[in-house]
Amino acid sequence: MAIKVVERKPLSLAERTYLPQIIGGLGITMKNMLKPAVTLEYPDERPDIPEGYRGVPTLVKDPKGREKCVSCQLCEFVCPPKAIRITPGGIEESSDEAHVEKAPEEFEINMLRCIYCGYCQEVCPEEAIWLQNIFSLNGLSREELVFKKKKLYELGGTLPDDHFKWDKKKKAEEAGNAH
Amino acid sequence: MDLIQFIWLVTKAVLMISVVMGCSAYAVLMERKVAAAIQWRPGPNRTQIPIFGGLPVIGPILTRLGIFQPAADGLKFLFKEDPLPKHVNQFYYVLAPLVAFIPAMTTMTVMPFGSYVNEAGEVAPLVLANLDIGILFILAVSSLGVYGIVLGGWASNSKFPFLGGIRASAQMISYELAMGMSLLPVFMWFGGSLNLFDIVQGQADLLLGWTIFYQPLSALIFLVALFAETNRLPFDMPESETDLVAGFNTEYGAFKFGLFFVGEYAHIIIGSGVFTLLFLGGWTLPGITLPGGAFWAVVSVLIFFVKVLALVFFFMWIRWTLPRFRYDQVMKLGWQRLLPLAIANLVFYAIVIALIEQF
Repeated sequence: MAIKVVERKPLSLAERTYLPQIIGGLGITMKNMLKPAVTLEYPDERPDIPEGYRGVPTLVKDPKGREKCVSCQLCEFVCPPKAIRITPGGIEESSDEAHVEKAPEEFEINMLRCIYCGYCQEVCPEEAIWLQNIFSLNGLSREELVFKKKKLYELGGTLPDDHFKWDKKKKAEEAGNAH
Repeated sequence: MDLIQFIWLVTKAVLMISVVMGCSAYAVLMERKVAAAIQWRPGPNRTQIPIFGGLPVIGPILTRLGIFQPAADGLKFLFKEDPLPKHVNQFYYVLAPLVAFIPAMTTMTVMPFGSYVNEAGEVAPLVLANLDIGILFILAVSSLGVYGIVLGGWASNSKFPFLGGIRASAQMISYELAMGMSLLPVFMWFGGSLNLFDIVQGQADLLLGWTIFYQPLSALIFLVALFAETNRLPFDMPESETDLVAGFNTEYGAFKFGLFFVGEYAHIIIGSGVFTLLFLGGWTLPGITLPGGAFWAVVSVLIFFVKVLALVFFFMWIRWTLPRFRYDQVMKLGWQRLLPLAIANLVFYAIVIALIEQF
């Protein structure tokens, strides 16, 4: 590669007095002073959370209000810091969703252990656990930060469902071609 | 002196002190706001006082402007634990902040800040003590402030404050000379009077109004020396956080630090006042003569105040524009550039004034 020699000119008298530079600098700071503040005043203003953000893991319901988790415990097994603990339970025979067979009796996520890796969301066959946009948590005790099923559903809310997998299964079963 | 006169004098003094102290406190707020604006931040905007902060429209506006912040800052300094380190020289350690603070407060007694027309029909200054050696008094007393810094640096018995104190003394000596020299042409120009009031009135009679138009070099040298004397960036050698932790006030906390801090800002305000009086025409405006009466006396005070405020803003503007000089650069600038320049300036104006008086 060719060497390019940068010419170093001696400073002119004006430059050596340093004054034109100071005036130029003052101009720059004044220009910046007139710009609006870029500060996000946090507790009052919240940042826009980008799509796909991995915040606090939550449990969701489908648009018909059915809890999606079937307590297969895959998330519990995959969870690297062992933050999830599921107590599986059954579904009442009389219920419309009796054919789903299982639902969690209790679902606990210890937020002090969770590392927000998103493996639970990735592994879930029912798309029941989602890391959503909550990024700030606090509590006054360790117990308070072990989120129970009720709290997780409150945080999760309802997400749209493209499949309604269990409705299809039920229909197929009624038509006689269950697998 | 009869009692009424005495009470009137004390009232005036207390009023002056509270104004200067208030200005120092709000100069800190202004500094923070200017810094924030230059760095695209909003600055302090949360502090509230229960009753005033809750007023319907004004309350939130005042809060956003940070008007209550100085009260919070002051109270914080007051109520913090006041530690006295084991290794310091206790007497001088406690004395130092006072020595830094008192000269700054003393100089304001001779500073005129407005004018009125008295019963005899003469224009008279609004001032606590109209000394004939006004500027000499200010220069003499304000340079005592450096003893506070040196004393604090030494009494702290710790490396960084010590270096800060040494630097402060060297810097003060270097720039005091250039400062004094740069002022001499101004006094020669106005017939040798050292009275600040005479100089302001002298400027009002000039064609262009302000001395700075006639003696720009004197003004420049004085301004640079003023920055050095008040320990402001780019000359804040005694404090320079990057190399000396916090310089002379490393070992200080709570109210003692607060005194240093307020003293520094009081110095800036007094310095700006002196510059305004000598070079920016004080409370006069070019080509305008204020009529008599109490109202116009207040206007003259306001004119002076606005000029001082603009200059204080300039101090802060410079602070957030220029990086700190290296110590050897400060010394070189002081001794090898400013001092010869000030002497040349003095000789030049001596010749010019002699020529003007000849013809």
